[in-house]
Amino acid sequence: MTELALAAQRPSTRLLVRDTLGVAKRNLLRIARTPLMLIVTAVQPALLLVLFRYVLGGAISIPGGSYVDYVVPAVFVEAVLIGGMTTSIGLAEDLKSGIVDRFRSLPMARSAVLAGRTLADLSRSVFSLGVLVGLGLAVGFHFHAGAGSILAGLAIVLAFGYAFSWMYVAIGLATKDPETAQIAGILPFFVLMFASNAVVPVATMPGWLQGFARNQPLSVTVSATRALLEGGPAAHWVWQSLAWAAGILLVFFVASLRLYRNSTG
Amino acid sequence: MPERAMIEVEDVSKRFGETPALAGVSLACPRASVLALLGPNGAGKTTLVRILTTLIRPDRGRATVAGFDVATEATPLRSVIGLAGQYAALDGLLTGRENLELIGLWYHLDKREYRRRAQEVLERLSLTDAGNRLVKTYSGGMRRRLDVGASLVGRPPVLFLDEPTTGLDPRTRNDLWQFLEELVEGGTTVLMTTQYMEEAERLAHRIVVLDTGRVIADGTAEQLKDLLGGDRLEARVTDSADLDRAAALLGELAGGPPHVDAEQRRVSVPTAGGTAFLLRAGLRFQEEQIRLDDLGIRRPSLDDVFLSLTGGHIRDAEEAA
Repeated sequence: MTELALAAQRPSTRLLVRDTLGVAKRNLLRIARTPLMLIVTAVQPALLLVLFRYVLGGAISIPGGSYVDYVVPAVFVEAVLIGGMTTSIGLAEDLKSGIVDRFRSLPMARSAVLAGRTLADLSRSVFSLGVLVGLGLAVGFHFHAGAGSILAGLAIVLAFGYAFSWMYVAIGLATKDPETAQIAGILPFFVLMFASNAVVPVATMPGWLQGFARNQPLSVTVSATRALLEGGPAAHWVWQSLAWAAGILLVFFVASLRLYRNSTG
Repeated sequence: MPERAMIEVEDVSKRFGETPALAGVSLACPRASVLALLGPNGAGKTTLVRILTTLIRPDRGRATVAGFDVATEATPLRSVIGLAGQYAALDGLLTGRENLELIGLWYHLDKREYRRRAQEVLERLSLTDAGNRLVKTYSGGMRRRLDVGASLVGRPPVLFLDEPTTGLDPRTRNDLWQFLEELVEGGTTVLMTTQYMEEAERLAHRIVVLDTGRVIADGTAEQLKDLLGGDRLEARVTDSADLDRAAALLGELAGGPPHVDAEQRRVSVPTAGGTAFLLRAGLRFQEEQIRLDDLGIRRPSLDDVFLSLTGGHIRDAEEAA
């Protein structure tokens, strides 16, 4: 029975990390083998960028700046949210296909299935962001800050996206169905994107909406990103954005683990 | 001290909402043997497998696998089991080898070991040539084999196979049976569900028949057949209109109630009379001018046992998830 006794040990942190990297590898291989999906995920925000830039850009004047400089950092932030939607759809698909049953019957750590996926999906966001930086420059966006500040700006976008990918994990686990997950995932995206300072300045909104639109997580992250990419006082927004990200991560990590544990009965 | 059974189930119940899926099931499976769970769709077979593999928790009762309690020792339990479920739970975008190697990693084998075992499983299941192809290009039979293979990578002492050969062609099915027999000879304990009597008869040391969440029979194939008594004389009439007359005729000859299967146009009665009885019956059918497609003496099959135990109807209700 020595083999069984060995197996009875609780998984250590080292094994947790190894399990998670294994899941990440699986999902990275999937991403690499569905390049069209990767491209379409990047095309969506790219299209938003072009539409905002040329459809709304002429009609909206930004005090003390150009609309392209105003909207491009916001599209960066939206892009990582769109990337997160693939997380909920993919997880719902795994639940439906029965592969999660196999995962759950293995001695791997439960959180590894979720954490591995969010890490792999982060690579989509990195890819989208790369495409958008190039496209942004092509349509007239200017980085006004130094390189370190720009990198910090992109990092904070990714941190925001990673935190929100856990919200999408919860959505995928709660809906258990890829189509439902897709529709459900769009709802928070719309609210966060339009009730915000991303596309138009908050000042034109009714008073009751302004409080939300100014302080919700996407808005403060957009403000932080604008400040970091174009120069200007950023610390205030950066801390707010990081606090939101930490809170969202914590809440949805705990919720997701609970949902995962109960996901099949 | 008697060796403890590898799988022990005591009075386990589970309901999904209002629907009871299992109602007080008990069974035991000794080491290095095969237990087959037999039953119509919706009988609770899959539910029991899911409980034993820690995917769902029982509402009531107790179950252990290799001594580990499914409710309180789920983590260590998972390292001693392998599961091949009803849907081939593989990743179509990965190669067969990648699927197996990752599962080895999640059994916490080191890299050299899981590579070796993946290769070994591919060889054993004749998938070597396909090992480096994406699983989505596999045929149904190949996927099934790989799925069973995936449950073997960890060399678990206890295997759970949920309808492992459904949809396989006869040759592949035979290969898989042979492979499972070898595993059991090597000491593996197997609990499998099946709807094929032939499979249960060939592999199982013990058969547990489930119906609507209850154990309605439990024993070896021979013991279950004995429940139905001995040989039966069976006639198949050409014209359904003759069915009643054929039943009356056989009932009178045998002195017992005939069993009628209208759909198959078959009538059967128990007999111990051998060929003499067969000849007599044949003559009587000729006298009565009842045309037959077939007439013969049959030993009861597990099919008969199953149909008589489960009331002769196979429900279409989907097994509750």
